[in-house]
Amino acid sequence: MSAETTVILDGSGVKRALTRIAHEILERNKGVAEVVLIGIRSGGAFLAEEIGAIIKVIEGVDVPIGAVDITLYRDDMSGQLPHQAVGKTEIPLSLEGKKVVLVDDVLYTGRTIRAAMDAMMDYGRPACIQLAVLIDRGHRELPIRADFVGRNVPTSLKENVAVLFDTNNQPLEVVLEK
Amino acid sequence: MAEFRHKDIIALRDLTKEELELLLSTAESMREINSRDIKKVPTLRGKTIINLFYEASTRTRTSFEIAGKRLSADTVNITPSSSSATKGETLSDTALNLLAMKPDIIVMRHAVSGSHYFLSKYLPHCSIINAGDGAHEHPSQGLLDMLTMKDKFGRLDGLKVAIVGDITHSRVARSNIQGLTKMGSAVYLAGPPTMMPPGVERLGNVTVCRSMKEAIQDADVVMMLRIQQERQGKTLMPNAREYSRYFGLNPENVKLAKPDAMIMHPGPINRGVEMSSAVVDGDQSWILKQVENGVAVRMSMLYHVCGGELE
Repeated sequence: MSAETTVILDGSGVKRALTRIAHEILERNKGVAEVVLIGIRSGGAFLAEEIGAIIKVIEGVDVPIGAVDITLYRDDMSGQLPHQAVGKTEIPLSLEGKKVVLVDDVLYTGRTIRAAMDAMMDYGRPACIQLAVLIDRGHRELPIRADFVGRNVPTSLKENVAVLFDTNNQPLEVVLEK
Repeated sequence: MAEFRHKDIIALRDLTKEELELLLSTAESMREINSRDIKKVPTLRGKTIINLFYEASTRTRTSFEIAGKRLSADTVNITPSSSSATKGETLSDTALNLLAMKPDIIVMRHAVSGSHYFLSKYLPHCSIINAGDGAHEHPSQGLLDMLTMKDKFGRLDGLKVAIVGDITHSRVARSNIQGLTKMGSAVYLAGPPTMMPPGVERLGNVTVCRSMKEAIQDADVVMMLRIQQERQGKTLMPNAREYSRYFGLNPENVKLAKPDAMIMHPGPINRGVEMSSAVVDGDQSWILKQVENGVAVRMSMLYHVCGGELE
């Protein structure tokens, strides 16, 4: 970890942000019909579980939750040495006609989201894809924006934003590293 | 997590336990792609893979070809009958000519043990994957066998694995011995004394048994090897029937292994020689699962050598 870190969102702050995102997802989609939450490994997958649990409390319905590892869809494979380990992708159902909500922890260049969207298309043709992120730190390199944002955090390129999880994969806090 | 920094995979002997674990874990993730409707990811787009097979193969070559295609690489097959090798071209000349086509990976099977190390020296900017070299190693088979065992037992550590047959000529046996002993399994070998290489115990936790019974007693895994009629002289065994009597797996002696033991065979099978049909098609047989796992393992190998460091 870097020399200087600032907590920008503590545990209860994360929880409140995720609760609001859950409500917004329900509002936008008029309920949970056809909604599927897909978390981007690793942080996004944990957050998707959290949002799913909150929706369960609000609506009393289990929303299908999946996880995607985008390693094989990266756009920098040929320059990247060595190739990193590939995590498991678990999509519980065909995405044909579904409203897919991609969940990630930090939105930055947008390249990860581009890769995740390409991956989604290989599982059927979703009715739509929406994007939920806990933190949007700016500096997009692709024309991508989030539909649901927990917190906008203006950053410089030298800084790093990290969402920390405990050993049970519960979000602890969000820190800004300088 | 371990990193994989090799440009070639020629022998499991050259890899560490951590590297083997990484290859197996990536293979487990790759398997998901093979169960989709759209069985393709863009990972190796623009890469060219040449399958250069100097020896006959259906399973391995097809499996490498499918693996490459599912990763979006362009795969080309070259077999000796259709290549210049039959006209007398040397391996080094063939290699240099292929290099002019700028392949990223060459997957080769060759009758001469160690020929891949030779090829690798000629081609410092191309990854070499061994699909079987003489009586040396067959790393993709070793890995897919380990993956299949891991599927059933969830671990490799502490397993008793019996390998029965012509150990001397078997590159499958050597790759399994190299891999399994690194992962903590105990390997028991049985076969006619004429087919048992001297000093094989020195490779690690390996026990040479005096009989097949001793090897398969309480084994978790029984791996039967093919009698390689094309490789051996007639002097190594009197005839197939006698071999089958002493070293064939049948519904009777299979009971010596643990009740839930898995039965494996690298194929192609000589039914009625090393295994009776009842065992090949029986409940304990994992032979077709081995073939299925072959594609995922080879995808993992292609993926990781592409991220290796070129010289």
